[in-house]
Amino acid sequence: MIRRVDWSGLLVAVVIAVPSGALRAQAAADSAAPDMCASCHASLPMERLAGPVTLFADDIHAHQGFGCVDCHGGDPTAPGFASMDPRRGFVGRPVGRQVLQVCGRCHSDAGFMRQYNPGLRVDQVVEYSSSVHGQRLMGQGDTAVATCVSCHPAHQIRPPSDSRSSVAPENVATTCGACHADTVRMQPYGIPTNQLERYQESAHWEALSALGDRSAPTCNDCHGNHGAAPPGVGWVGNVCGQCHSVMADYFATSRHAQVFTAMGIPGCAACHGNHAIARTNDTLLGVGDGAVCVRCHVAGAGGGLVAASMRQAIDSLHASFMLADSLLQTAEQAGMEVSQPQFDLENAQTALLQARTAVHTFVHDSVQRHVDEGLEVTASAITRGHGALDDLRFRRVGLGVSTGVIVLLIGSLVLRIWQLERAS
Amino acid sequence: MSDAPRPRSGTRRGFLDWLLSRTLTTWILSTSLGGLIVAVIYPVGRYLMPPASGESAASSVTLPYTPDELAPNSAKIFKFGNRPGIIVRTATGELRAFSAACTHLGCIVQLREDLGHFWCACHNGHFDLNGVNIQGPPPRPLDAFEVNVRGDQIVVSKGA
Amino acid sequence: MMHPMRRTLTTVWEWLDDRIGLAAFQAIAKKKEVPVHRHTLWYYLGGMTLFLFIVQLGTGALLLIYYRPSAEEAYESIQFLMAEVQFGWLIRSIHHWAANLMILALFLHMFSVLLLKAFWKPRELTWISGFFLFGLSLTFGFTGYLLPWNELAYFATRVGTQIIAVVPVVGETMLRVLRGGDDVTGATLTRFYAIHVALLPATALVMLGLHLFLVQRHGMSVPPSVEDAGGPKRVMPFFPNFLLRDLVGWLTALAILAALAAYLPAELGAKADPFASAPAGIKPEWYFMFMFQSLKYLPAHILWFEGEVVGILAFAAGGVYLLLIPFIDRHTGREHTRLFTWITIGIIAFIIVLTYLGYTANPTA
Repeated sequence: MIRRVDWSGLLVAVVIAVPSGALRAQAAADSAAPDMCASCHASLPMERLAGPVTLFADDIHAHQGFGCVDCHGGDPTAPGFASMDPRRGFVGRPVGRQVLQVCGRCHSDAGFMRQYNPGLRVDQVVEYSSSVHGQRLMGQGDTAVATCVSCHPAHQIRPPSDSRSSVAPENVATTCGACHADTVRMQPYGIPTNQLERYQESAHWEALSALGDRSAPTCNDCHGNHGAAPPGVGWVGNVCGQCHSVMADYFATSRHAQVFTAMGIPGCAACHGNHAIARTNDTLLGVGDGAVCVRCHVAGAGGGLVAASMRQAIDSLHASFMLADSLLQTAEQAGMEVSQPQFDLENAQTALLQARTAVHTFVHDSVQRHVDEGLEVTASAITRGHGALDDLRFRRVGLGVSTGVIVLLIGSLVLRIWQLERAS
Repeated sequence: MSDAPRPRSGTRRGFLDWLLSRTLTTWILSTSLGGLIVAVIYPVGRYLMPPASGESAASSVTLPYTPDELAPNSAKIFKFGNRPGIIVRTATGELRAFSAACTHLGCIVQLREDLGHFWCACHNGHFDLNGVNIQGPPPRPLDAFEVNVRGDQIVVSKGA
Repeated sequence: MMHPMRRTLTTVWEWLDDRIGLAAFQAIAKKKEVPVHRHTLWYYLGGMTLFLFIVQLGTGALLLIYYRPSAEEAYESIQFLMAEVQFGWLIRSIHHWAANLMILALFLHMFSVLLLKAFWKPRELTWISGFFLFGLSLTFGFTGYLLPWNELAYFATRVGTQIIAVVPVVGETMLRVLRGGDDVTGATLTRFYAIHVALLPATALVMLGLHLFLVQRHGMSVPPSVEDAGGPKRVMPFFPNFLLRDLVGWLTALAILAALAAYLPAELGAKADPFASAPAGIKPEWYFMFMFQSLKYLPAHILWFEGEVVGILAFAAGGVYLLLIPFIDRHTGREHTRLFTWITIGIIAFIIVLTYLGYTANPTA
């Protein structure tokens, strides 16, 4: 922790050394003067040197009136190679720590950033130094780690709200995966490279990619975007509770919370996994196939008994709900009016979800309480469903009676015709 | 039917004559005709009775209570078609209505008077009084309905 | 000794007779006779169609009470009718099934008249008024199909109206007039509604009046085969003998309708979404199936014309042939050619085979 403060102090010092007010004035002046950098570089045959000119046109910094010299230094008014004289402040292609200085010069200056985007945080460089990336770069001089431009590719930086951006929620996983899924690149660090693949099996990725929910978590939501964990969170394992707060609250007060901490087991991840967090279902609970409880507990004793009884309670409500639902649907398809019972049955769905949530207390009674509430609702729906089906039978009986009347009428008519013609 | 009646044995003939006597057939005929008329009139009469729900609740619904019954900072659940809706009177006295199905997993949301906004008990989702999801897992705001007060009636309709 | 009930009835009768002249109707009814022979059965089909038409008028009027003719509310109002209104399902299902049975009875009636040569002089106008009633009934079916504003009807109407665009020169304009715009929208719905509940019933009632008047004026036609064999042996009085038999038929139809409505209620399906892609298995009502299916078999081009245009023109020509058949297939003395009978049998076979194929052939093949 102390190390982090040291580093941030150093960086802030670097940042303040450059008067940012002057820079702002310079940016304004640049947009008026002819930009020699762009006109020369655009005509160069090497993609490496010409490419940035075209790319940069659509960079958020270009939109805000910044030019090449704001990052690369030099003098755009000087002719030819003279413009790129280090004595005129030319820095060329910033690498390693230089990148942090170049970006941080503006992005760590709250007064400066306020002119462009008052809502943007200014602690990215400080946060970065707390991350593993930052520590390796600053402490061990490892230049292979990610810096600003690894995730925000220079010359094509776009805000996260732009779906083409490398840091738009739907693209973050591929952006991180560009390095972290690369086995060659990760080999010296000895860390797994399957996170991207595993994440893309998860319910979170499904919500983000298939359901278009941009608030669904991706890499940075748990691991932090610049720092080691999201702002305000001490440890990755605590991130889940930010969204899944009821479960986190239940879990925090449960016996598992203490035991897991003592045993060094990660909280939520112990049962739900980390990257490939699947959509949960009732099979996770209990002592049967696919149940996670039996990883520690023995079926038929202690915790195993509790797990089995919670599962049994939830199953009973689920079965009762399905029965009520199918009864009402059958009645509805037969043209019966069951919208009120169907409406009331929604409360059973709510109770079922609450019961499933209450599993995280790991106390049978708190689950049973919600189950009982739900069973009351389903029982009433089942009664009304049967009532509707009885009504349907009554309809058919009514039809039978009317048909009987019609047949009787037909019969008597036939008789009457016969009488008529016998007489004549 | 045009065949001439064949000769029959005594008792059988007597029975048939009885069966075919015009009085009896007339009686059966008029009774079953009456039955048929009832079988037609009854469903038509029931059909003409206005249903309890008044009119098609497809795009609007009239709530079963008056605006006075909703105190400031309170809410009620109502039935919109067969989906739940929630109507709230804000602390400033304004009436607003939303779909009450939480956008996370469809639980029914409620007004938390202590917080002054909507809350879903299932997974602690919070929505402000504009229906916007402000905390927890819900991915998007609650669908908003239009509220109109006509005299003593509150009419909630789907926005255009 | 007169029964008191009978005495009251007699008084009422006399009161009415003095004012309306019921005796004249009684005289007509007494005089009217129906020939009895081996083809007498076919005489019942006209009455059956009439009965089903009356059922349609009654149930149609009842449906109007709850139906709302707009793209926003049509589907919902029917949903409401089916779910909330007591016996709403019954009224709608009977309207649905009686429509189908009526068209079926009409087909049988028309082809029996064709085969039994009942359109010969002096019944040319009876045939023509009947042919128009047939056309009106098909239009009833086509416009009524769209009114619930469900997915299947929406796309079937889109395909069905599109056909009119192939008419040379005026086709595009006619399509726009029919649809009330370039596409099938809420504007089409209100148009079809006006046609279905106002224009068609009014026209059909006038035409029906003419048809019944002519039937009454000329009496029942005796088929040439019976005439050749020396004419009908017997006649039966229309009232009450024939009418009572008619009643038996009508009551049977009513029982069948009730059973169909209770066991196979009319479906509603999903609401029409003009922006959704067309669902698989769009099909027209069964009585349009033979035309729909034959257009599928036509090659893209026949000589210099588009296959579809040729198909439509061929069906139009077929319609004109049927309309004018009393003037084509004339009755000239006792000798008559069998050619037209064979043409009629050919048409019936064509309709049956193509309708069968329409329901059995693989739509993607």
